[in-house]
Amino acid sequence: MSATTPGPAGSAYDGLLEHDADLTGDAAQWAFGTDFEDPLAGVDTAVPDGVEPAVLAAYCLMLGDDALVLSHRLSQWCSHAPDLEEDIALANTALDLLGQARLLLARAAAADPGVVPVLPAGSPVPPEDALAFFRDAEQFRHVRLVEVENGDFAHVVVRLLLAVTVRLAVLVRLEDSRDPVLAAIAAKGVKELTYQRDHAARWVVVLGQGTAESRRRLLGALDELWPLLPELLARHPGEVAAARAGVGVDPGDVAAEVDAVLDQVLAAGGLDRPAAAPWEGAGGRSGVHTADLASMLADMQSVARAHPLGRW
Amino acid sequence: MSAVDDGLETAREVAAQVTDPEMPMLTLADLGVLRGVRAEGPGRVVVTLTPTYSGCPALATMRDDVVHRLRDAGYAARVEVSLSPAWSSDWISEGGRQALRAHGLSAPGPAPGGAERRSGAPVPLTLAPVRRALTCPRCGAGEVDLTSEFGATACKALYRCRACREPFEHVKEI
Repeated sequence: MSATTPGPAGSAYDGLLEHDADLTGDAAQWAFGTDFEDPLAGVDTAVPDGVEPAVLAAYCLMLGDDALVLSHRLSQWCSHAPDLEEDIALANTALDLLGQARLLLARAAAADPGVVPVLPAGSPVPPEDALAFFRDAEQFRHVRLVEVENGDFAHVVVRLLLAVTVRLAVLVRLEDSRDPVLAAIAAKGVKELTYQRDHAARWVVVLGQGTAESRRRLLGALDELWPLLPELLARHPGEVAAARAGVGVDPGDVAAEVDAVLDQVLAAGGLDRPAAAPWEGAGGRSGVHTADLASMLADMQSVARAHPLGRW
Repeated sequence: MSAVDDGLETAREVAAQVTDPEMPMLTLADLGVLRGVRAEGPGRVVVTLTPTYSGCPALATMRDDVVHRLRDAGYAARVEVSLSPAWSSDWISEGGRQALRAHGLSAPGPAPGGAERRSGAPVPLTLAPVRRALTCPRCGAGEVDLTSEFGATACKALYRCRACREPFEHVKEI
């Protein structure tokens, strides 16, 4: 595939073009639209009065990076799930989260263009893609729970349950954000996170109440991932600043609600709350990540970085 | 055909008749994603669409199709996105529901939460399996089994009819 020029006229792909009568080159569309267009086209992205654009952008990066990296880890499950239906379920969930990430990264870029990596002149890469594909590991602001390497199926449902339970509690409160864009993204995301959380929670119960082997694996995943949960509920200065400005949510405020939901799932699964000690260190919100992120990004970003002027 | 001085009726009609790329028995108007058509100059219109699910890739195709169909009708069009209020399956028209059934798809029931959930209110966890009172869109039987809450697109669940044994898709409530 040519990364810098439109395909030659008369190629084998011409039959795929839906409207080829009067369209050529950049204007031509594939049968399934793939061109980049601002996902916030026409949306008023003015930063609310009294809000520091940098505070709003930094907060959107945190929420957007959580969704992006979790989406990528879920998409790595594609073709590896225990059955076809579950494979599709994980892929659907990854797609929802990718959509949330795209909107949130676009919102960050619109609030403060200074957060977007600078690409060579003439690059067609939109801001949200520049943020996803052209930042280094230490510039990402997601929590470490979403980045650690995939494990078995119990691992992915426990990760999903923990991440989505906190995210849903946060996005519910964000529906009343002073930033109308963030409020709208949250209101839509709440609908998706609701069935994602139910899905993950049901699997935790099934595995916990299933066979000795499914329970053994579930307990292993809980022990491995529970120590990463406190980072999601810690009050990072960036989140506190966004909450003070009325645009964000202080994650400490959702801790009780998250505990109650997780206790409900653990009780239904006949499971004790894991006792493993929390991970220490500054954490992902401060850009301190595990080695797993570097290898994941090398995979995720390599094609985009090789072709910063590419048109696809 | 060229743009005539007919206000926006023709443009509205053309935009409303564009179909969903995944469920082509539905027009964008049937699906409830067409939120508005307005003029921004002679022969120039702005069409507002709202996404169904945050990551649904069909939106890009809808946008392209709207622009092309309106161009064919003599309009220069661009598409804007409307994020609020968030799309609900309740917005699928009655005609759209009939079209779904006529094509072997099960139409959504009322969306959960709906009007009674105020913004910011906590969402209860549902551990019990999803249960819907559905009838098979092929044979009309009421005994159906849920195969998966997730289907080939974000908006559909998979079912199978116990009477005729045929699988079918159900457009989910959201």
